[in-house]
Order: sequence, then C-alpha cells, then structure tokens
Amino acid sequence: MSKVMPLISANCGKIRPDSVEEYINVGGFEGLKKALKMEPTQIIDEIKNAKLLGRGGAAYPVGSKWQQLYNIEESPKYIVCNADEGEPGTFKDKLLLEKDPLRIIEGMIIAGYVFNSQDGYIYIRGEYEAIQKGFQSAIDNAVENGYLGNNILGTDYCYNLHIMTGAGAYVCGENSALLNSIEGKAGRPRVKPPHLAEVGLFGMPTLVNNVESFANISTIISIGAEKYLSYGTPESGGTKLVCLSGQVVNPGVYEVPFGVTLRDIIYDSELGGGIKDGKNLKFFHLGGQSGPCGSLSQLDTTYCYKALRANGLNVGSGAVVVMDESVCVIDYLKYVTEFFIHESCGKCTPCREGNKQLYAILDKFTKGEATSGDYILLKRISDVMAKASFCGLGQAAATAFNTCLKNFRSEFDAHLRGKCPAGVCFTKQERGE
Amino acid sequence: MNDAVNINKNITVTIDGIQTIVPEGTTILEAAKKLGIKIPTLCHHSDLKPGATCRVCSVEVKGQRRLKTSCNTPVADGDEITTNSKAVREARKTIIELILADHPQDCLKCVRNGNCELQKLAYEYQIREVPFERTVKDLPIEDSNPSIVRDMNKCIKCGRCVEVCQEVQQVAAINTSFRSGEFKISTAFNESLADSPCVYCGQCITVCPVGAITEKDDTDRVWEALDNPDIHVVVQTAPAVRVAIGEEFDMQAGSIGTGKMVAALKRLGFDKVFDTNFTADLTILEEGNELLQRITEGGVLPMMTSCSPGWINYIEKFYPELLPHVSSCKSPQQMFGAVAKTYYAEKAGISPDKIFVVSIMPCTAKKYECTRPEMRSSGYQDVDVVLTTRELARMIKQAGLDMGALHDEEYDDPLGTSTGAAVIFGATGGVMEAALRTVYEVVTGQKLENVDLKMVRGLKGIKEAEVDLAGTKVKIAIASSLKNAKEILEKIKAGECDYHFIEIMACPGGCLSGGGQPFGTTNAIREKRLEGLYNIDSSLKLRKSHENPAVNKLYEEFLEKPLGHKSHELLHTHYVGRKY
Amino acid sequence: MNDGLKKEQILGIIEKKNGEKEQILSILMEIQKESGKNYVDKEWARIVADELGIPLTKVYDVLTFYAMFSTEPRGKYVIEVCNSAPCHVVNGSAVVQMFEEELGIKMGETTADGLFTLQYVPCFGACDIGPAVKIGEKVYGNLTKEKVTELLNSYREVSTCQK
Ligand SMILES: Cc1cc2nc3c(=O)[nH]c(=O)nc-3n(C[C@H](O)[C@H](O)[C@H](O)COP(=O)(O)O)c2cc1C
Ligand code: SF4
Ligand code: SF4
Ligand code: SF4
Ligand code: SF4
Ligand code: FES
Ligand code: FES
Repeated sequence: MSKVMPLISANCGKIRPDSVEEYINVGGFEGLKKALKMEPTQIIDEIKNAKLLGRGGAAYPVGSKWQQLYNIEESPKYIVCNADEGEPGTFKDKLLLEKDPLRIIEGMIIAGYVFNSQDGYIYIRGEYEAIQKGFQSAIDNAVENGYLGNNILGTDYCYNLHIMTGAGAYVCGENSALLNSIEGKAGRPRVKPPHLAEVGLFGMPTLVNNVESFANISTIISIGAEKYLSYGTPESGGTKLVCLSGQVVNPGVYEVPFGVTLRDIIYDSELGGGIKDGKNLKFFHLGGQSGPCGSLSQLDTTYCYKALRANGLNVGSGAVVVMDESVCVIDYLKYVTEFFIHESCGKCTPCREGNKQLYAILDKFTKGEATSGDYILLKRISDVMAKASFCGLGQAAATAFNTCLKNFRSEFDAHLRGKCPAGVCFTKQERGE
Repeated sequence: MNDAVNINKNITVTIDGIQTIVPEGTTILEAAKKLGIKIPTLCHHSDLKPGATCRVCSVEVKGQRRLKTSCNTPVADGDEITTNSKAVREARKTIIELILADHPQDCLKCVRNGNCELQKLAYEYQIREVPFERTVKDLPIEDSNPSIVRDMNKCIKCGRCVEVCQEVQQVAAINTSFRSGEFKISTAFNESLADSPCVYCGQCITVCPVGAITEKDDTDRVWEALDNPDIHVVVQTAPAVRVAIGEEFDMQAGSIGTGKMVAALKRLGFDKVFDTNFTADLTILEEGNELLQRITEGGVLPMMTSCSPGWINYIEKFYPELLPHVSSCKSPQQMFGAVAKTYYAEKAGISPDKIFVVSIMPCTAKKYECTRPEMRSSGYQDVDVVLTTRELARMIKQAGLDMGALHDEEYDDPLGTSTGAAVIFGATGGVMEAALRTVYEVVTGQKLENVDLKMVRGLKGIKEAEVDLAGTKVKIAIASSLKNAKEILEKIKAGECDYHFIEIMACPGGCLSGGGQPFGTTNAIREKRLEGLYNIDSSLKLRKSHENPAVNKLYEEFLEKPLGHKSHELLHTHYVGRKY
Repeated sequence: MNDGLKKEQILGIIEKKNGEKEQILSILMEIQKESGKNYVDKEWARIVADELGIPLTKVYDVLTFYAMFSTEPRGKYVIEVCNSAPCHVVNGSAVVQMFEEELGIKMGETTADGLFTLQYVPCFGACDIGPAVKIGEKVYGNLTKEKVTELLNSYREVSTCQK
C-alpha cells in the first residue's frame, strides 16, 4: 500500500484553484448536493461516524462539536473557519487555501446548511495575503455559479462567506482570540465560560473549525463515513496532511492515511526521503512548536491520535520538523521559546512571565552559566505554565521543553559541565576548536 | 439560551472536604468564601467582570488536568475542589514570584506600602527571595498633570483600570496595548494623560491593587504652607470625606468621622477649619435659582449640574455641543475658594494673598479643577491645593495623631455652618434632593414637610422621577458614572429627553466613591458610606440649604442675592470644548 | 497631515470596507501598504478611530498587538526574515548575515535610502523552502548568497524604474 493517500489534497495542483467548472469536473460539490438532500442531523451523524477529529491541533471530535452547537437554539449561528495557521513548521492549510479553496468553501457551505447560518467567516492569517486574493476569487466564482449567496442550488438556503484577515498574531489561532480578532479587536483570548458554542462571534453561537477539518467534510459526505473511516485507523478516521520541514530530503506537505509510522513519514521515499546530506536523525518535533519532541526510540510509533498520545507524542497541526545530529536541543528550544515569547498575548502571568524566565534559564545553559538548581526552577516554571496558563498557548509553550528534557537529559547535563554535544553552544575557544 | 444560569437551581460541591450547597452560577471563590475559605486573588475585583489573568486564585478540581481559576469558574454539580494542596500552593507561589520578578519591589518607597494587594500576598506566601531573573523595565513615570501619577513599572497587568476606564466610565483614555513582555496599560500612542481623553476621575486609582496609579501627592505643599507663619491656612472638607476617612484608621466603612477629622485638622495646624458643605448650600441657592430662571425664562433645558469636575471634563471633551445645558455654577469647592479669598478675607481682615486655601476632597479631578485659569475670580488662585482623603490620612499619620483618641471638634465660623442638604452632595442623587428641598419651597411658598425624597436615593446608575411643584411638573434624572452620563447625553442629543434638571456625577455612586477615597472601594462599601451621609442629614436640625443662616448672612453682607452681580463674578463660570 | 497619506485616501480606504468596525485590521493593513513607509501614523489612526466610532486606545491596542503593524516609518520594502526553529535548523542565521552584509544594516534597521528594513518574523508557512524571507506578498525560499544579491537588485531596479 502506498504511504501517500491524496484524498482531500487530490485536486491540489491539478485544477485551476478558483474555477468552479474545473472543480466540478473532478467531482467537486457532490458532497454539497448530497448534503442538501439530507437532514442536518444525518449530516452530523455522518461526521460523527467518520470519527473526524479536529485538524487544527486539539483533535476535538468534529461531530460532537457540531452536535453541541446544533443543540443550542439561539440564532443566528455563525460558521468560522480557522485559517490562521501559525504553528511554525505547519503549511498544510496553506496548500488547501491556495490550491483547492472551493473544497474548503464546500465544507463551510455544508456547515452553514446544517446550522441554517446566513454568514460564514474565514479568518486567514495576514501573512497569506496573496492567498486571500485567490480565495476571494473562488468565493466570487462560487457566488456567480449559485453555490453561495441567495437560493443556493435552487433551494431557499442563503449563505454568504466573508474573508477576514489576521495581521500577525499566532494566538489568534486560539478560538476565542480568533473571534475577537474577527470583531476587530486585539486577539487576546476570552474568559471562559461562556463557551463559544453559546456566546461566540458577535455574542452568538459559533462553530470554529480548522481549514483541513472543513476540507474533509465534503469528502465524508460524498464517499460516506464508512469508506472514509476505512482509510485511517479505527479511532483516527481518514487521512492527515503532514508538513515535513527541517533537515529532511523532501520537505513539503503529504497526505497520509492514519496508520503509517513516523519512520515512514521521515524516511519513506515517497515522503520525507530520509535525512539531508546523509546525516543521522537526532529528534523530531511534532504538531508545531507547541507540540512534543520525539527521539529515535519513538520512530516506530504509528501515526494516529491514539498511538502517538500513548507515546507522549501528538498529531497536533501535522507538522513534522526533522532535526539531525548537528542541532543542539537546547539551542533549538531557545528558538521555540523565543517564538512563544514573541507570540504570548501577555495577559496572564504564567505565560507572559514564564516564557521569559524559561528562555533566560535555557540561555544560561547555552552559555555554561546554568547550575543544577536551575532544573528545579525550570520544572516550577514549566509546571505553572502548563497548569495555570489562561489559554492553550501558555499551556503548551513548555511542551517541547518538557519532552526534550525527558529525552535528552544528558545533553542538558553536558551543558552544565560546559559541553555542547552538538558543538553549537559556547564560543569556539570554549569548545576547544 | 438553553444553558442560561438558573439561580433557583442549587448545586452541591465539596471544597476542601466540606460539602456545601450553593446556587448555580456561584464561582468557586464565592462558594469557598461561604465556607470561610479565603482563596487569594489579585486581578479579581468584586465589582468588575473577572479577567482571570493573574492566575493566583488557581485551585484543583478533581478530574481536571489543569488548575482552575476560582474567580471566574462557576462550580459544577458534584465538583470536588481543593484550595490548599501542595500543587496549588506551589503554583501560587511561583506565580507570585514571577510577578515579583517583573516588579520594582519598591515597597519602602511606595505609596501603597502597607496597603497593597501584591505586598500582602507576598507576605502571606512568605516570599523571601525571588529566584527568577529580574525583568523589570525602566518605564518613565507619568506625572505631568495635576491629578494622577502613573508608574507602569509597578503595574501587574490585572486589567482592572482598563475595565473601569473603558466600561464603567467609557472614557477609554487607557487600554491594553502590545503583547507578551511588552504588554502594558497605556494611553493611545503613549500620549500624556493631559493629551488623552482622561477626565481625571481617578476611578482607575480606586481599583488598582498596587501602587501603579495614584493621586499626585500634594501633602508637601500643604506642610510647607502650614509651616509658614506668614500664611493663613484655611481648609475645607468635602461632604464625602467625613464618611470615608475613618476607613484609613481602622474604623468601619461609613462611620462618621466629622468631629475627629476637624480635630485632626486643627492639630495639624490649619488656622481655620471650614466646610465645603457651606458652599454646597450656597450652590443650591445659586443653582436652584438658575434652574427656575431657565424654566421661567425659556433658557436651555434640561439643565445639568456642574459640581463634579470629572463630569465637567467629560462633557467638555466629549460633548462640547451640549455645554449650554450645564449650570454655570462653580463647584462647591471653587465657590468656597472664591468666597474665602474675598468675603472671608475681608471679614477676617487678612489680605487674600496671605490666605492659602486647602481642600480635602474625595476626588482627583478637583486637583485639576483648582488649577483651571477660570478659577481665579478672587484675583488669586481660589483654591491653592487639593488633597484627597488618602493624602489627609497620610498627613494625620505623619503627625502621629491617634484618630481614634481625638475628641470631636466643631468647624469654625463663618464658613463652617451647613445643613443636611449639603452633606448629601456626597451621594448620587444628593444634589438633586437638596435642590428639590429648596426649589419646592421657593416655588410653592409652602413648607416641605417630608424632606426625605427617597425616589432620588440609592446607588442605581440612572434614576428618573417627576416632581410636582404646585402644579408644575418637573422631570428630573440622576446619573452617576460617565457611562450612564453618556446614555443621558445621547438621549439629549437625539432630542428624546424631556427632563428639566439632571444631576450628573462622574463617579459611580457619586463623590463617596471618588478617585481620592480610601482604597478598597466596592459596592458594599459604597452602600455604607451612603448610609453614613444620610444618617448625618437626618440627624441635623437644618436640612434645607436656604435655611443656612451663614449662607443667608453671606448674601446679606456681601453677595446681595442669588444670581446677582457678585455671584456671577465669584460663583459662576463658563466652559469650553476641549480637544484631546 | 503627515507625509504619505492624505485624509481623503484614508477615508477612501475606510469607505471601501463600508466603514465597518470589524474591518479595522484590513483597513489598517491597507493604510500601511499605501503609506509607502509601511506604517500607520497616529493621525491616520485617529481618522480611523473617528470614522469607525471606536476609541483611539482601541485602535492603538490593535496596532501594537498585531506584529504586522508598525507605528514607526519603515523601509519601502520590509524584508521579513523567518526566525522560527524550522528555518533556523536549515541555516536561517546564515541568511540573516547575507542580508545584513548585502544591505549594510543590522536586523531591525532601515537602509539610509529608506528602501529596505530588515526584520525578524515568525514562521509564515514557507518552512519547506527554508530558510525563507517574505517581502510584501512575495515569499522567497532556499536562499543562497547569489539569490539574496539577485533578489535585492531586482527590488532596487523596480524602485528606480518607479522614480
Ligand atoms: C495558541 C493556539 C493557536 C492555535 N492556532 C490554530 C491555528 O492556527 N489553526 C487552527 O485551525 N487551530 C488552531 N488552534 C486550535 C484552535 O483553537 C481550535 O482548536 C481549532 O481551530 C478548532 O478546529 P478543529 O476542531 O477543526 O481543529 C490553536 C490553538 C491555540 C491554543
Ligand atoms: S497563555 Fe495567557 S498570556 Fe499566553 S497567550 Fe494565552 S492568555 Fe495570553
Ligand atoms: S506596588 Fe505594592 S509590592 Fe509594589 S512596591 Fe508598591 S507596595 Fe510594594
Ligand atoms: S482617571 Fe478616569 S478617565 Fe482618566 S484614565 Fe483613570 S479611569 Fe480613565
Ligand atoms: S495599573 Fe493597576 S489596575 Fe491597571 S492593570 Fe496595572 S495593576 Fe491593574
Ligand atoms: S484572581 Fe482569579 S485569576 Fe486573578
Ligand atoms: S519556519 Fe520559517 S517559514 Fe516556517
């Protein structure tokens, strides 16, 4: 069996992205047509049965999320697509946004139909400015062809899609921050409760799903949950777009069925193709900067939500950043932490102050100034960040650190003694070069 | 909404092993409090929407991977909550240390020393040494205006001041800005408060848990005047100060400290201790007559009160087109200054340039008000220095006076005599009630038997009523807090307003919760201070401003009549639209 | 009015977005782009605040919160160099050096001719072609010394043509 399985990325590069005609020619809008003949609850059931887990990183079951929103009576309800894709090492939403926008649109229309929404919003990060234009053109063409706007496909269902832009803030990927941003505010997360399903965009019940989640909807409806589920593992339905970057031979986005192994992803010739320049793998970072780092011993873990979690790893956003032996774990973590320092919204203590302090101590390690007492401080900081931060950003910011400390404790210890095994830290003199 | 909180539904929770039943929607913090468990808080303020940003109030909820912040998390049925486990204590301690690492730790030199929520917490958690890298920045301290000092180095980013300025007052002079380590509370583009929409109401000060926002301290200027034998220093005390000053000396909120305060002021060396209540009565005569004049002569209506300088700043900045609605009367404080340096100077035979007028006010906007160029009708700055209640308390402490042990003393003559109508100026609705007591008798020629006009009392943000003055129906409204003021102003603008007279106070609840009052003002404390004021009123024999013999004498001897020529010169003013 | 944008231009940008509060990010982005100096001036922000009916402090919060905005003038072209970990491990710092040398400025600085500003940004999704930089809407990856020189020259040329 091939390790690559282009299901939702099948059209990418094969059709003119904004062409409704070409999209239809490859089977586009079949899911929508079918959905319009179904009851909303049937659609939700289908998604539940497909066991589609949110592809934005948190892996929340999409079907349950839809069901909860469906149970809320208040209206109007809003549909929001999270296209903020800010996790470093993640560029899979970009592929879909750029190469197959109509698939995302189709998923959002189906969602709109289920909740009888009049308006859907797609929040695309500001850095994807060029993509926003292409996406707008796809929306315009869909309107022109009767797939959006008034009386969609001759039904009395009316639905409009709006593109909203970000302006450089990773935390806006967090649902409530995202809604604040769509409302034109600074994108700091909201106090919860109330939950967004109840009090969301403009105070109304709101659905937020990731780009890739929406992209799966039409496929699930058109091929059916059973078939869809059969592509993945029993718990993890379907396929996943993984983003390979770092020191790997073939960086890029690949669609794999759940069930391949991490080794496949990094080494298979159809996928990563192994480590660049004939070097050896040292560690990999999964799911974005907020995800865990894994070591060689975890390479044969099956790539699916369950097995990864059992091994202290995570699918996350689908990022797989590959590092060879030349990378110093602590130096790497400094970059990770710098990212979170840059992106923390600053409102809660553990994240605002914790990231700064985490960085300061890591910096001491790379300068040979750390002492063993710093381990205690590191633990206190990372604990309080994980347990007491206001939102997912701060809660996950020390995940990479925690997993690296576990996997590479000896490398930390070496730095205490003034040695950097990768030969990255300290001055040349200190390294004896 | 189908998940709406049903307050009739009760929920059973266990906190630290003790089971209790609370109504649905109760926060963990409230539920614990009922059991006598005090969970520490820092960003939480009982009157404000929880921001849940400091994370100090974190507790363990069984089955939850992460800690939960008790200030905003409602209890769920069957919750098992631990507020004092090792994990909780450690997390809290780390959080406090993280805050302190980014804090000047300047307690000895800080105005909040001994009265700071962060300091208290650090003490409770016995923080001896902060193991983290010091990250505190050297941000400039803003003190370029007469009212408010902001030292953002001390800010712990609780967000309370922003909530107050943006939501309660809707002035929006300050807001959050930037992010991460740069996250701060600032004006737009870091402009000075003077260039911002700020109205100097000081409500941000009253909610700040630390020493990041304070009044501009003018106590040194007062000490200097007191120390100068060539200067005759007189002091006036605003109505709301007397029911709050006690809080600074461990008395119960709302306890009446008038006599002790007067005694303390005399001990501090003030040559005369007078009362702003005197000019509050005077204000009623001027303003009441102005209202009648406007009604009978077709002047601009509704007329709005003018005694709250925060409110005046607000309308000048935000609704200059409505300024003709504002009474031309100066605030009682400024009337006092003008009268002190003319009438009193003459009577006492002291040259006004040798008289130094100090005001003790619940208010920070008054510090600015006294510096306005219009406020020099005596030929000198009418009021020289304004001290807040808090500053007076500091002076009393510096002087080593034991407030509790002082015996009550009386205000001096002639500017110390007042009626019950004056003292209620300190509460929202008070000016209205005082005005009605007088206007009623002036218009109807009859005696008002029941002076307790309960329909205008209470802390409600907007109150409306209709009063029958011998057949003439007078429609009135009362608003406190600028958000409520704004609501009324918008109605006037839209022409949807048929009020005759509107009382507006900038601070929620009126002066009793002004920006200069003792720290820790909450709605509960507001209620107490309010009660104190009405108790003073009802205990007095004279309760109508026009019955104030000293005021009547002032007219006889000096001013002639309300709205007369001299009044206009000394007691009235004009306003200008101000750009920000 | 400050150099760059006239009031009418700003009003035009706001009008294009129907004066909707929610559109503030895209309005400010457009203003920044049109400014020629990649920033939003206080006076322009004030116009936006007045027109959208929101306090200036809220506009300022937005301007300072989102990393793509600047309240200080920058170069005509802002060269945004990715400094996230995935680019870093494929030799991102070398790219920084190349730009710094080629332009004679340090990170965060603007060239004397006002043409280029060098700035670090977090990942913008070009990790598969890292190390990557972004200039306006355009993304450039797999950078080498030659490519950097070529790239900068092409922007310099466009700029002289426009003069
Ligand atoms: C700091 C932070 C950043 C996030 N960024 C993104 C993002 O860029 N894109 C995304 O889809 N989800 C992101 N998420 C996850 C979302 O909050 C949310 O779980 C997701 O959009 C829900 O969609 P899904 O269930 O379809 O995955 C982020 C979460 C956090 C806490
Ligand atoms: S964890 Fe706290 S500071 Fe960090 S992004 Fe979330 S709310 Fe902001
Ligand atoms: S704000 Fe509080 S903790 Fe900070 S210096 Fe002042 S008294 Fe001390
Ligand atoms: S004094 Fe009043 S208006 Fe000024 S910043 Fe504070 S709360 Fe806002
Ligand atoms: S200034 Fe005071 S009230 Fe405002 S955020 Fe800082 S600590 Fe809180
Ligand atoms: S008091 Fe609850 S989070 Fe600050
Ligand atoms: S890490 Fe540099 S573009 Fe993604």
